[in-house]
This record gives sequence, C-alpha cells and structure tokens, in this order.
Amino acid sequence: MKVLFAAIGNVVKGDAKYYAWLAFLSALVVAGLGAYLQQLDKGLITTAMRDQVSWGFYIANFTFLVGVAAAAVLLVIPAYLYNFKPIKEIVLFGEMLAITAVTMCILFIMVDLGQPLMVWHLLPVIGKMNFPASILAWDVIVLNGYLAINALLVIYALYRLSMGKEYKLALVFPLILLSIPWAISIHTVTAFLYNGLSSRPFWNASILAPRFLASAFCSGPALMLIILQLIRRFSKIEIDQKAISKIAELVAYTIGINLFLLGAEVFKEFYSGSIHKAPLEYLYFGLHGNSRLVPWTWMALLFNLTAFVIFLIPKTRENTLTLNIGALLIIVGVYIEKGMGLVVPGFIPDTLGEIYEYWPTMQEVIITVGIWAFGALFYTLMVRFALPIYTGGLIGAGKQRS
Amino acid sequence: MSKIRSNPSGVKLDRRTFLKGAALGLAGTALPLDKTDASFWEAFFQKHFREMNDDEKKKVIQRLEKEYEQKYKKAIHIGSEKPMPGVLFGYGLDLSRCIGCRRCVYACVKENNQSIDPQVHWITVLRFKKGEKWIDLEESEKYYNPQNVPEPGYFYMPVQCQQCENPPCVRACPTQATWKEPDGIIVIDYNWCIGCRYCMAACPYGARRFNWGEPKRPAEEINPNTHYLGNRPRYKGVVEKCTFCVQRTRNGRYPACVEICPVGARKFGNLLDPQSEIRYAIEHKRVFRLKEDLNTNPKFYYFFAYGR
Repeated sequence: MKVLFAAIGNVVKGDAKYYAWLAFLSALVVAGLGAYLQQLDKGLITTAMRDQVSWGFYIANFTFLVGVAAAAVLLVIPAYLYNFKPIKEIVLFGEMLAITAVTMCILFIMVDLGQPLMVWHLLPVIGKMNFPASILAWDVIVLNGYLAINALLVIYALYRLSMGKEYKLALVFPLILLSIPWAISIHTVTAFLYNGLSSRPFWNASILAPRFLASAFCSGPALMLIILQLIRRFSKIEIDQKAISKIAELVAYTIGINLFLLGAEVFKEFYSGSIHKAPLEYLYFGLHGNSRLVPWTWMALLFNLTAFVIFLIPKTRENTLTLNIGALLIIVGVYIEKGMGLVVPGFIPDTLGEIYEYWPTMQEVIITVGIWAFGALFYTLMVRFALPIYTGGLIGAGKQRS
Repeated sequence: MSKIRSNPSGVKLDRRTFLKGAALGLAGTALPLDKTDASFWEAFFQKHFREMNDDEKKKVIQRLEKEYEQKYKKAIHIGSEKPMPGVLFGYGLDLSRCIGCRRCVYACVKENNQSIDPQVHWITVLRFKKGEKWIDLEESEKYYNPQNVPEPGYFYMPVQCQQCENPPCVRACPTQATWKEPDGIIVIDYNWCIGCRYCMAACPYGARRFNWGEPKRPAEEINPNTHYLGNRPRYKGVVEKCTFCVQRTRNGRYPACVEICPVGARKFGNLLDPQSEIRYAIEHKRVFRLKEDLNTNPKFYYFFAYGR
C-alpha cells in the first residue's frame, strides 16, 4: 500500500521540467479535444476524406501504431525465452509502450467513426459483431486481447517488484508464450484488413502481411531505442548498453528484410506492368499529373536506405549519435511508408478510376497531434509510476522508516 | 492552432471560457440533460432491425416518424415491407441506348431523399471515348458537362450498387449493419451503422456513399413515401447506397431510374420469373457484369443491342 502511494507520489511530484513537459502535452491534448468536438458537431466533413478516399490520416496513424505495439514482442522473445538479462530488465518498458500504442490505436479508430456513440454495436453478445466474416471484428478482438495481455504482464511484474521479489516465471509463462504469436497476430490481422479486399489491387497483394511485419519490426524497436535512452537519461535506472546494441542489431536485420520485400513488390508491379501498378505509380512518380505523395515516398525510401547503412555497419550502430540518427530516420521512414503511403494509394485511383488527391486538413492534423500527445502523456505517467517500484528505491525507503 | 480557435461570430475566447465550453460540449454529447433524454436513450439502445419483432419495429418506426415530422414539419411514412417470396430482383442496362443525360441520377436523388449539400448521388454516369480501352475505368470521365448529350465519339455507362450475390461490403461490415435480403437487395440499417466505412473500402463499384456532414434537403423536396431500409432521411456519419428503390419495388413498382430513362436503356424485373423482361434480356443479349473477375456475382447486367 505504502509503495502504491509513493508510486503515485512520483507521478504527481517532479521538477519544473517534468511539470513543463506535462503541461505542454496537456495543452496539445486539449487542442485536439477541441478540434474533435468540432468534428463531432459538423461531421467528418471537417476532414479531407471523401467518398473516393474514404480513409485517411487517422487510419494511417492507426496502422503505424499497430506496428509499434506488435514490435514489443521483439523485446519479449530474448527477454523471457532466452533469458537474455540486459533486455529482461527493460522489457517492462516495451510492454508499457505496447499498452500505450494499442490505446492510441483505439483512439484513432474512435475519431474516425461517423457514429462513435454507436461503437457498442461491434461488441460481441450485446452488439452484433460480424465474427468471423469481418476482419475488422477480428481486429477488435486481437487488439483488445493484446492490450489485456500486456496490461496483465505489466501489473503482475510491478506487483512482484513492489514486494521486492523477482517475478515467478512459471505463473506468467503461458501468458508470455501467448503474447508472442498474439503480437504477430495483431499486425497480421491489421494487414489482412486491407489485404482481403479484392476491390483494391494495391492492398490485395500477398506480400502485404510480410511487409507489415518487417516494417513494424524496424520502427517499433527503433522507437524503443530512443525511449530507453531517454529513460536512462531522466531516471536513475541503469540500462545496459548491451541491451541497446542487441536491439540495434535486430533492427539492422529487419530493415534489410523490409527493403528486400519492398524491392520484390516494386519489381512485380513495374516489370509486369498491368493496370494494377497504378497506385504504386502514383506513389513513386505521380499519376496523370497528381503527385502529392511523391516527395514523401522518395524521402521515406531515402531515410530507410540511410538507416539501413547506419544499422548495418557496427561502427555507426554502436556510436550513440549515429545510432540515434538512424533510429529517427527509420521511424520517420516507416511512418510515411506504413501510414499515408499505405492507406491513401489503396484509394487512388478509386474503384471507378477517379483520382482524388487526399491531404489531411488542419483539423485532422490537430486531432492527430492531440492523440500522439495523449500517448506521450500516458506513457510518461506510466513510466513515472513504475520507476520507483522498479528501482526498488521505495522498498528501501519503506524499510528505513519502519 | 489559430484555426480551431477562430469562430464564425468572431467572438474572442480566452482559454478558460474555451475549456469550459469544451467540457460542456463533451458532456453534452455524452449525456443528454433535458426532456429529450427518453428519446435519446431509446435511439441509443435501439436494436438491430433484424432482431426486432413486428411490434418493436412498429414502435421504432413510430418514434422515427415523429422525429422526422419534427425535423421536416411534414408527415413522413416509413414502410417496412418484407421481401416477396419467389422474387430475386435483377437489373439490366443497355449500353448502346444510354445517352448520358443523367436523368436517372436526378430522379434517384428526388425519389431517395439524397442530401443536396453535401451533394450525394447514388448513380455515377461514366463517359468513355469510343474505341479506347475502358475496362479498367481509368480513362472514364465522371464530371463530363457538355451542352448536349450524347456527344459524338463517346459512350456512357451508369454505375450504381450492383446488388452482388456475393457482396464484399456485407462481409466487411463489423456490425452486420448491412446485409442481403432474400429478394437480393443489399440494405443498410442506418441506425445500426457506426460509420467505419470499411464497406466503402471493400466495394469494387464505388457504390457506397458516406454522409460526411449533416445531410441537407429542403422539407418540400422530401419524398414522404419511404422504407426503413431504403429512402428514409439519413443521418450524419452513416453510409447509404442504392437499394433498387426498395420502397417502390416491394410494392410492385419500377425503380425511379427505370421509370425516368427516356431511351428505355434500363430494365428491371424478377430473375426467378422466366417470363420477365430481365430474363429475356439476359437470355437473348450478350450480357456482362462489371469486374466479373472479382466473383462478386452482381445482379446488375450490362448489355449491348444494335443501336447508335
């Protein structure tokens, strides 16, 4: 109990910098909320989405974040299965990142709905969930399941740590084993969501799910790299450099695989040159003079290639500065590629051959920034809560007092 | 940032007022506070159309009729005619006759109470250049706007919901808000749709329309003869589409687009009746269906006859 209060105390109390950070994020959340209220009032007409391009920036962010959440598994595998100690110590932060990412995913879906109040219709039993026919129903199940699994793992680990004990692996091991295929499943199901639509040739390619996983396993761990260094900087937690190197090494492989799969896709579409290459042509060269996404696509490609080189060469991978540059490049690269670069070309040209160029409105951007700020806020508070328990500082203090 | 703070009346809000307003607004959308709550909660907990018995349907329809009457200041009848046994509706369109006049589009808007602003059309007429590749639809022009139709050197192809026997939209819908009726019409329960638009991504024919804003239509232009699953006025944030004029066809009438077509390019009938006009067309013309490679199995047949 004492530990709980102290942990809450750590969330509430902090230095000026901490308060400034919270205030900054809260302001963004409030701005996002304000924009969302306007959207609720006027309808999704405040966005740039229309019948031709019926999904946009929200779903793009959703897709990217499912990847971030799934990538937590990359930390779980070495931590628990191979008992790789340096990563085991930090796996908690990966699981908390997964919780945050899934929560943000749910928010991005909510702001995209035309009738958010009626969302209960897609629940099983009380609603009328279209299971197993609708892949969206599957996605609801796997995402919420993943949220529950990670929440349980984090709560259990924190509970044991607060008692000053190691976690009993036997108790949670089945759950951990389950979390691995489950993490892969959330991203696979999300890929299938697009993949299963024969109406959209750009998504209806078998390479989609493998590419989803490959790119997720680039950006997720890269984000983890940066977060771990931040935690190391702002807290007393010691994070073994070995853990960082291990993650960086993993990222080198996954970028390589991702680039290979991209190449396979580009070859097939352009060499065979059927009408189904139109969306890819739109992405890389523009279609009938419409080229809104072209600079972004090339930027993503350039970033991914540069990051690949940085992560591949041991010298640049181990140097903190170049490592961080590489991590940032791959995060941005995948964000473009698996966000706007995936969702929008699915609709261009539309099923009747029309080209409607989508670009998010200010309203959409503010709401999106608001959700990202909420995620950052949520993660910060979670980490602040977990830190004292984690470092065991509280137990010592508690003993001294008694 | 400055954009969302600005407001049409030009009132300057300080931060506190803004936050208060935001909080109140949020509460307002979540919790109704005045006399409207009874009806709000009734609407909120309204069951799926197919799970209501006749008595419940009647009650819901009465409530909706009252709501519409308040909104449009005129009586609107909402029917709930069931599919007729032994009927499977099918549609035929003679491409060699169509002159691209879009009268079907406007008749459809009038009959089916489509929103004027934002503009919603259930029928899209595509224009193609004769003698050029057209099957991928990419060379089509949807916004053609000449003085007179038909234009020399062009032909036209109207597209609307193809009422697939194997509809990808129905499979996609996560809440079963859209389904295929026994007479083959794909319908939507507008009170059950959550507006996720997955059906729109799944439809290969661009047939589904979303109400991006509050649908607006002058009361005097509202067609008061409606069907629950068809042309009753829709809501902001839900999907709609062609229903073969379910409110007419289940009462033995032709769809509005068939009736209005000045050149007789549109045919409609019961696919299960060997004597029907649509069966005659299918058996005697060279018919094709759009994007047959997708196996959606539409009940909308295009064909050519000799002609212009």
